[in-house]
Amino acid sequence: MGNPKEKTAIIGLGATEFSQNCGRSELRMALEAILDAVKDAGIKVSDIDGMVNYSMDTAEQIEVVRQLGIPNLSFFSKAPYGGGGSCATIAHAVAAIESGMANTVVCYRSIRDASGPVTYGDFEPTRVSQDVYMGMNHPYGLLTPVSWVAMFAQRYNHKYGIKDGQLAHVALVNRENANRNPKAIFHSRSLSLDEYMNSPINVEPLRRHDCCLSTDGAVAIIVTRADLAKDLRHKPAYISGAIQGMSTNGEVMTSYAREDITVLHEVEAYGKKLFEMAGITPKEIDVAQFYDAFSPLVPMQLEALGFVGKGEGVDYIEGGHRIRPDGELPINTSGGLMSEGYIHGMNLIAEGVRQVRGTSTTQINDIEYSLVTGGLGVPSSGLILRRR
Amino acid sequence: MVKYSEVGVPTPKPMMSQDTEKFWRLLQEEKQLHLQKCNNCQTYSHPPRVVCSNCHSFDLGWVPSEGKGVIHSYVIYHRSVHPGFKTPYGVILVELEEGVRIISNMVDCEPHEIEIGMPVEAVVDQVFEDTALVKFKRINN
Ligand SMILES: [Zn+2]
Repeated sequence: MGNPKEKTAIIGLGATEFSQNCGRSELRMALEAILDAVKDAGIKVSDIDGMVNYSMDTAEQIEVVRQLGIPNLSFFSKAPYGGGGSCATIAHAVAAIESGMANTVVCYRSIRDASGPVTYGDFEPTRVSQDVYMGMNHPYGLLTPVSWVAMFAQRYNHKYGIKDGQLAHVALVNRENANRNPKAIFHSRSLSLDEYMNSPINVEPLRRHDCCLSTDGAVAIIVTRADLAKDLRHKPAYISGAIQGMSTNGEVMTSYAREDITVLHEVEAYGKKLFEMAGITPKEIDVAQFYDAFSPLVPMQLEALGFVGKGEGVDYIEGGHRIRPDGELPINTSGGLMSEGYIHGMNLIAEGVRQVRGTSTTQINDIEYSLVTGGLGVPSSGLILRRR
Repeated sequence: MVKYSEVGVPTPKPMMSQDTEKFWRLLQEEKQLHLQKCNNCQTYSHPPRVVCSNCHSFDLGWVPSEGKGVIHSYVIYHRSVHPGFKTPYGVILVELEEGVRIISNMVDCEPHEIEIGMPVEAVVDQVFEDTALVKFKRINN
C-alpha cells in the first residue's frame, strides 16, 4: 500500500484561462474553476463538504456555496499570507479529511492581479496595511514586493559573490517550459540570455525578467479521502506530506531582523517536517514546482530544503542543465509564476498534480514524488505528492 | 540617497499604532533616534514591540541611540512605483551598534556609491512638518 500517511489524494483540477485581462469578476472565475475541477474529478458538486481559499481572495466562500447550491459544508477555512498560503490550502484540506471533519474539500484561488484594482507588484496606497513593519519601511520608499526580496538578494549576492546574470537560468528554463505549454501566458514568446541581460533593472539587484508575471485567472483543486479516490477519471495524486511554516522574528516579506537574512528560515523549518512526513529525502524528489515570484528565491529554496548546501544554490541553477527536463531536478515544468502565470502559487500545485498524472506538457518520465512549494518571505507552506 | 519629486506628491507617512507611535514621537520631539530597550534583560528591539521577545517582560523603555552602524544590505529603485520618489534612489538596511537593524535612506551619497559594510551614522530629516524620519550619512574615517 505504500506510505500509510497517504490517506488523502488530489482527484480534480480546474482552471480558467490565464490572461492579462479576464473581463469578469474573481467570483465568476472561481465558480468556473470549481465546476471545471468537479467535472475533471468526475464527482458531483453536492459531494463537496469542505472549502479552503486564501484570506486575500475576494471570491467569498459563502457566495460560492450559495451560487453552486452546495448543500452543507462541515469544514471551511482560509490560508493567510498571500502566496505563502498556496500549499497551506491543501494542508488544511488534509487536516480536515484525516480528522473526519470533511470528506471532499475544494481549494481555490481566484485573482485579477493584471487587470484588477489592486495589483501585488505595484504600490497601492489603499492596500497599505497597519503592519508595524510597513509603517517603518514605506516612508523610505521600500514599497513593493520586488524591493523586499531584493534586500535579501543583495545580501545573498554579497555573501556568496554572485554576479549579475547568474540567476538568468531560472527565468530562461521557466520560459522554455512555458513555450511547450499552450496555456502559459508566455507560450509564444521565447527568451534569450541576451534579452535577459538587456532587460531593465527593476529594483537592483533584480531585473524585470527576475520577476513573476501579473495575471488574471483562477485554479481549483479537489482533495478527498484516498479510499474515495480510486476508480475516478484520473490517477490520484496521493498526498505524502502537506505542511505550513512560520518562524520567529518574521515579518510579512521584510524579516530583516533575523541574524542571517540569506536563509529562508520558515522553509528550512517546514522542509524538515515535510520530508519526515513523507518518509523521504530531497534526493527522492523527481520534479519540483518552486514558488518563483522572484528568481533568487529558487536557489534560496534549494538550500533551505536541503537539495544543496548553503551558498550552493546559484551554482546548481547556473547553465540550467540540472533544472531542465532532462536534468537531476526538473523545475517549474509549466513555466512557473514567471512564464505560465501568477495565480499566487495555486497553478504550481496543479502542475505538481499533472506530473503525477502524467499529463504535463513537459512531462518528466518515471515520476514517483512531486514537490510543490508556497510563497516566500512570508509564513509559507509545502506539499509532496506521490504516484503509486 | 532619496530625492523627492518637485511635483508635490507626498511620500507615504509612517503609520503609527498605539504600540509604535512613541518611536516617531521621540524622533520628532527630541530630534534623536531612540530605540526600545528591555528594562528587565537589557535586550534592544526594533521595530518596536509590546513585549520583550527574550524575557517576555512588558517593561520596555526607550533609550537614545548612538545612531552608529554599518550598511547590512540595500536596494536601488530604478523603476518608479510612486511619483513622490525620484528614481534612481537607494534604500538601506543599517545594522546599528546596539544590535538591531533599521530601514532608511542615505542623505549624502548617490545610489551607486552605497556599499555593504559602509560605516554610517544617523541624522534626523524633517521630511514632514509633524513627523521626522531618521536617515544616515557616511562616517568618514
Ligand atoms: Zn527582556
